[in-house]
Formats: sequence, structure tokens, C-alpha cells
Amino acid sequence: MFQYIMKRLIAMVITLWFIITLTFFLMHSIPGSPFNEERATSEAVQRNLESFYNLDKPLYVQYGSYLKSVVTLDFGPSIKKPSQSVNDMLGRGFPVSFELGIVTLLVAVFSGITLGVIAALRHNGFLDYFAMSIAVLGISIPNFVLATFLIQQLAVKVEIFPVATWSSPMHMVLPTLALATGPMAIIARLTRSSMLEVLTQDYIRTARAKGLSPVKIVFRHALRNALLPVVTVLGTLAASILTGTFVIEKIFAIPGMGKYFVESINTRDYPVIMGTTVFYSAILIIMLFLVDIAYGILDPRIKLHKKEGS
Amino acid sequence: MEKVLEVKDLHVTFSTYGGEVKAVRGVTFDLHRGETLAIVGESGCGKSVTSQSIMRLIPSPPGRIASGSVLFKGKDLTKIKEREMRTIRGSDISMIFQDPMTALNPTLTVGKQLVEGIIQHNGSTQQAAKKKALEMLTLVGIPDPEIRFKNYPHEFSGGMRQRIVIAMALVCEPEVLIADEPTTALDVTIQAQILDLFKDIQKKTNVSIILITHDLGVVAQVADRVAVMYAGKIVEAGTRRDIFYKPQHPYTKGLLQSVPRLDLDGADLIPIIGSPPDLFSPPVGCPFTARCDYAMEVCDRAYPFKTHLTNEHHVDCWLQDERAQKMLASIK
Amino acid sequence: MELKKQNDSNIAPDIPDDWFTPKNKDQEEAEAVVRPSLSYWHDAWKRLLKNKLAMTGFLFLIALTIMAIFGPMMSPHSGSQQSLANQNLPPSSEFWFGTDELGRDVFTRVWQGAQVSLFVGLAAALIDFAIGVAYGGIAGYKGGRTDNFMMRIVEILYGLPYLLVVILISVVMGPGLFTIIFALSITGWVGMARIVRGQVLQIKNYEFVLASKTFGTKTGRIIRRNLLPNTMGPIIVQMTLTVPSAIFAEAFLSFLGLGIQPPLASWGSMANDALSTILTGHWWRLFFPALFISLTMFSFNVLGDGLQDALDPKLRR
Repeated sequence: MFQYIMKRLIAMVITLWFIITLTFFLMHSIPGSPFNEERATSEAVQRNLESFYNLDKPLYVQYGSYLKSVVTLDFGPSIKKPSQSVNDMLGRGFPVSFELGIVTLLVAVFSGITLGVIAALRHNGFLDYFAMSIAVLGISIPNFVLATFLIQQLAVKVEIFPVATWSSPMHMVLPTLALATGPMAIIARLTRSSMLEVLTQDYIRTARAKGLSPVKIVFRHALRNALLPVVTVLGTLAASILTGTFVIEKIFAIPGMGKYFVESINTRDYPVIMGTTVFYSAILIIMLFLVDIAYGILDPRIKLHKKEGS
Repeated sequence: MEKVLEVKDLHVTFSTYGGEVKAVRGVTFDLHRGETLAIVGESGCGKSVTSQSIMRLIPSPPGRIASGSVLFKGKDLTKIKEREMRTIRGSDISMIFQDPMTALNPTLTVGKQLVEGIIQHNGSTQQAAKKKALEMLTLVGIPDPEIRFKNYPHEFSGGMRQRIVIAMALVCEPEVLIADEPTTALDVTIQAQILDLFKDIQKKTNVSIILITHDLGVVAQVADRVAVMYAGKIVEAGTRRDIFYKPQHPYTKGLLQSVPRLDLDGADLIPIIGSPPDLFSPPVGCPFTARCDYAMEVCDRAYPFKTHLTNEHHVDCWLQDERAQKMLASIK
Repeated sequence: MELKKQNDSNIAPDIPDDWFTPKNKDQEEAEAVVRPSLSYWHDAWKRLLKNKLAMTGFLFLIALTIMAIFGPMMSPHSGSQQSLANQNLPPSSEFWFGTDELGRDVFTRVWQGAQVSLFVGLAAALIDFAIGVAYGGIAGYKGGRTDNFMMRIVEILYGLPYLLVVILISVVMGPGLFTIIFALSITGWVGMARIVRGQVLQIKNYEFVLASKTFGTKTGRIIRRNLLPNTMGPIIVQMTLTVPSAIFAEAFLSFLGLGIQPPLASWGSMANDALSTILTGHWWRLFFPALFISLTMFSFNVLGDGLQDALDPKLRR
């Protein structure tokens, strides 16, 4: 198990380094200086700015200092809003985005698994078709469409929920709903198909032959095995929720990381883009890592397999 | 002899896209206390479906017990409520399946899987159940049961897993044990060990065993009585001696001729040509007609009457009719 | 129907004597296979035809393709022609889907958007297919160290947050149709490569492939006759599911302002432009692009599901 964790850990660091490097060189391959397009600045001011942001040094020096700053978790100042550091923005935006993301993930996972299990247990019955219709719709409707629809219906037409911002639990309902529907649908479909597959397995028949009640069979024998594939997609789902927050935060005017990220894209604020990208990637890669570990714990076969393999 | 289980005129159908498959078409047999009844036949003849129907374990839908009865302790198992059936499964009647590799839940320790059945039926404490489970593991010949109790199924070999499956089936001391091809997935040497284990356990517990198999070698080793199934019907049944020394049905004879024997030359192996009929629309007459060397006009037109040769030995075949005997004699 | 031995004679009643004559039979009857066997593709197609939802999706996509080509010609208004007099008009007999804030005809723009969306989706799927099949096929077929090395690269790429990379590339290359397709394919082929490799690896060890190898069948023939037919199913399904995710990605990028730039229109950019209509009430500007994105994604998804069921050899009955 320890070896397995170490192996995943090393892979994680490599991926992270790859992203940092990719981000850095992509940003620096853009022709021209970020200050050129701005209102006319004098040569001297521009040079001053460039030296402040280290842009006058050779590329490898800049790369080195950037790596160093990433390792020390200091992403430097913003170009467009020099009074603010990228860290300030992350510090302000992250808690909000994190809250939105975690709540969404929990809602998606629990409702998705519930829908999927119900559908599988009522295979080809009314509830199955009902749950899967919701799921197909959930996959087919992009979150920004759903978000605008929800605002139009539940905030503007019938004023049940507030339209925008992030200040009370009521404010969280619509964004969470809009963001969670897609991942929920994916989880529901996956849970259903994997549950159906597990229910045909011999060990389920063995459990039935033991005289166990359907409830025990589902919860003790089927669910755990059926959820293994669901665990594997949690990492990618977290990624899709995360990118989803860009859109949702924009629509609902939520002051999260996503909003800063979208703004920085529109204003070409490179340090912010770089910092946020690296930060996002780190979160996602850590998610993937945790998912791998969780999988190793849930499936006892993994450990032995790795032991034999090494 | 005391009858433990009586199966009467059991019909089982499966509805599929192509139509209704009549998998079991009127099966009748008794099981006596402490005996081993073997049900033999080739794949798809309905032997597994029969055994799973007794336990009401056929997947439903699409499967359905269309008619007939299964009497156990004065109750018709096909009629009782599912809740009551659950108290019988694993406690009074238990079952062993073909593939020990897939019959155990890969994510639970074998100990947990053993104990849950005991707790379910006997309502005993965790500790009492564990003690019982350990006894059972020892009985089926698992070394170091205390340690193995905490292992996962993938940490056992195939033969060991089948022993665990057997322990799981016997842990509540059932009266009937249904073993569906319990040795098919195992090596030949392990097969012999497992069969010995069955005999041993039967001596100790006096359990009645229904052994489903296609392997006449296995039948010869452990069965007291044999029922030969073909296309959803029992075409011949009798004691082991009846079936091996006085087979009457051409199908039974064919089966015996297709088994390799040490005392005969290999050249004597004769396969049964052809394949069983489609059970979507089973033939009106004898289903074996198309493959039978002795087929007569009557065979296609009507299903043969059951002829009792002795109390135990009976056969469904038109050759038993005297007119057929005369006809055969005249040809020769 | 039971007959007991009565007086030592065993004669069934009601059965005429002349039925007890040897039956004329031919060998073929015993050997006859009762059910007609269908070829894999024929069988799959038949099962797909039975799946009403998948066929609905399929028909919608055909209709959409036709409209994407001929739709813009059906309306007298061009999609880029601005007109101050016709700002934000609701749907009418003149403007079937209404007009936007620049007075452009939404009907024409929706079909122009369909062209962009379908083009992006199909291009991404085809590029993924080409790279993924080649890469995954080689890795799976070669096996060993080559496979190990190639899969390490894939693993790293797979760990990258897909849409983030797409955003980064779009920022660097500047928004546009080509950028989107490029950005989508740079990470998109990884999924296909993994599927193809997995399939090839699995099938390579199947007994029937081993059997043809022992008969001395040539590699090319093995790939053509054994590997390809058996991997095509999952590949087709994956392609069907790539299209909607590419369409979604395009809409997503356009929504962030990184996608299609004016005067070109895509469903995503139209929805983005129409965001304010939540409050102003010009619902048609948001409704039609949103409707068609959703319907298209829906159709591809149900078609993909249907194909998955139809092409799964395990589900053959």
C-alpha cells in the first residue's frame, strides 16, 4: 500500500510540474509585452514595469524564479491590478468557490447514487425510465443554459430565490442546482449500469441463496462493488464541476475564483491566469490522487495486485 | 424412506425477445433423507434451472415458475411468500454454485460472508456466529481458520474457495444441499477431494444432496440415485446401478458411451450427434427423436408414456412399447 | 401420462400400430442449427432500429444537418445584416425566431450556429479518432516497453484538467474556430487512445486471436479480420460521445468569450450575448440557441447509448 501511494505521489508531482511548465511557456509564447496594448506608456515606465515583473530577464531565469515562487506558494502581483497579489485574489475567491464546489459535489454524488440505485433496482420499471430521463436531460442541457433557465423561472418570474451573489443559503440553491445537475446525471447513469452489472454477478446469487433480505443484499453486497467505478470518475467530475464554476460564478455574479479567472482571461492578466491555472490544477491532481487512494482502500484486490506486481 | 423434498410436474419458462423458452417442462422427482440424487444432462437441458427453481432463485423476470409444486416440510415452496422463502434459503435448503471464483463477494472477507448467514437465520451473536463459522471452516478442511477468517476471497486458491463456499452452504445445517456443478471449474485432483468432502459431510450431517452435473464420472462416485434430463424433461431415472448397468433410454445409453473409460478401448467413445431441440417451440413428440438411432414414426407424433421398470427405475421412451420391440426384432 | 405395467403387457392406448415403424431421417436434421445466424453488424443495426429513443436522436441529427446546410437560405434575412429598425423583435411571420439586439435574424443565425457546432464536433471526433486509434493501436499491439512508455505520456495528459488546457491554449492562440478545434484535439484523443489500447490488449489475448496466430495467419489479416471488428464497437460509441462534449466545450468557450468571434455565430456565443435577456425578457434570443444545443447534445447522447447497447456483443440474444 505504501509503495502504491508513493508511486501515485510521484506521478502527481510530475503532472503538476508538467502543467506549471506548460502554463509558463504558453504564457510567454504570446508575442509582445502585456503592457503594449495599454494606453501609451513611456518607454521608461514600460521598462520599469517589465523589470518589476521580471520580464526583462532571460526566459530560463524567469522560469526558475517562477518555479521557486510556485513552490513557496507565492504567485506574485497581478499585472492589471498591481495593488493586489494573485494570492490575495485566491485567498478571497477560493473559500467561496470551494464552498460552491464541495456542496455541488456532495449534492451530485448523493442524488446521483440514489437515482442510479433506484433505477437499477426497478430495472425497466417506471422509476427506472423516470430516473434515466432526468439523467439524459441532465447530461444534455449545458449548465449555463440550465442556470439562465432557473434564474428566469425561479428568481425573475416567480421570486422564490435571489437572483445573484453569494450571501445566504438561499443564494446557494440555484447555483448549486445548475452546477450539480450534469455531474449528478453522469453519476446516476454510471451507478445504474454498474449496479445492474453487479446484480447479475454470482456472489449476489450466493447472497440470495443464503436467504439475505434484498436490503442487505443491496447495501452489503451490491452497493460497494457497484460504487467502485463511480469512485474512479470522481476526479474527472471534480474537474468538470470546477470548470463549471467559471460559468456559474459569471452568471450568478458570485465572487469566487472562477470569476477572477474569467476576468483575468478577458483582460489578459497573465500572472493571474498562470497562478489560477496552477492552483486549479493542483487541486484537481490532489483530487485524483485521493480518489486513487480511496479506490485502493475500497477494493482489497488492488493491494495484493500491487504487491505481486512489485 | 423419508421424503425430504418432492418436486411435482414443475414447469419453468423464460420470456425473451424471441418468445417464451420452456426451459423445464414437467419435472417430477423425490429426494430422500441422507441420499445424493444426481441430475445429469448436457448444457441447456434445464438441470440448473430446475435446481434454482426449487430455491426460487431464477431471475424473475424473465424467468417464471409456470406450474407445478415443490413440497418441503408440507409446504409448497412455489406458493409461499418471498419473506418465508428467505427463512428457508440458506437455512433449510442451501446451494453451491459452479464457479467458486465468482461465487464470493470480492470486497468482503470470507469471515464476514460466513457469519452473515448464521446471524440472519439463527439470530446468534457475532461471537457465537464466528465460533460456528470457524468450526465449519475446520470441517471443510481450511488450515489456520482463525487467520483465513480475515482473508479476502482473492487470497484463496480455487479449491480452497470452493471449500469456503461449501462451508457457507452448510453453516446453518441445512436438510437439503443443492450443488450445481460444484466440481466443474476445478482441477481433476481437487475435484476428487471435494467429492470426498461431500461424502464425508453427508455421513456426519445426514444432509440430502441434489448434485447437478454433466459429468458421469462424478455421478458414479457419489450418487445414490440418478435422474437423466433432456430438453427440460427427466427422460430416465433410477438407482445408480439401474442407470449405469441397465440404461433404457437411447439418450442415457448415448451419454454412457460418450464417457471415456479405462477398461475399454478409446475407439469405443461414441459421441451423440447433433444438438438438443430449440426450447422456443419444443417438439410435440420425444425431443430426442432427431438424434436417436431408433427413432420411429410415433416418436415425432406423441411424447412417450412413462414406463416403470421397477419402483425406482422409470423411463420415457416409445421403445418400451411392445409393438416397438416386435418391430425391432423383425428388422433384425 | 403414465403407463404402469399391466398384466405384463406394455402397450400405449390410442396410438395406432403403424406408427411403430422406423422413421426416415436425414443426418442434416440432427445437425440443423435452429435459429438463423445474423452477422454482427446486421444484428447490431437491427437492434438499433428497435431502440426508439436512439432512432429519434438519429433522425433529429439528420434533420439538423439538413437545416444547417439549407436553413440559412430559407430565410430572406442574412445572419450578419444589422438593422437598427429591427432590434429585439419577437418571433413573427417576418422573423421566425425573432431578432437580436443588432436586428439580426435569429433564425438564420441559429442554423449558422449549427454549422459551427456540427463542424467543431465532427472535426474533433475525427481528429480524436485518427490520433487515438493510431496511438492506442500501436501501444496495445506492440505491448511491453513501448506500451509502457506511450501510456505514461497518456497518463500525464489524462491528469491534465481538460477544459483548463483548452482555455489556456485559446488564450495563447487567440480565439477562433481553428483554435477551438486544435485545443480540443490536443487533449481529446487521450480518451480514445486508452479505449483502443484496452480493447486491443484484451482482444490480443483472446483465444480466437491466439488460434488464428497458431494457424499462421498474417498480422495484417489478424488486425483486419479479428481486431478491427471487435474494437469498432467501442470506438464508434466513443466518437458519438466525443461530438456532444466538443459541442459543449465550444459553447463553453464561446460563453467565456474565448470561442467563435463575430461575425461568425455559434450557439454558445449567441447564448452568451443573450445573457442579459434574463432580465429584459427577450427570451427568444436565449431560448433558440439553448434549445438547439440541448437537443443536439441529447440526440448524440441517446444515439451513443443506443449504439453502445446495439454494438455490445455480450448483449446479443
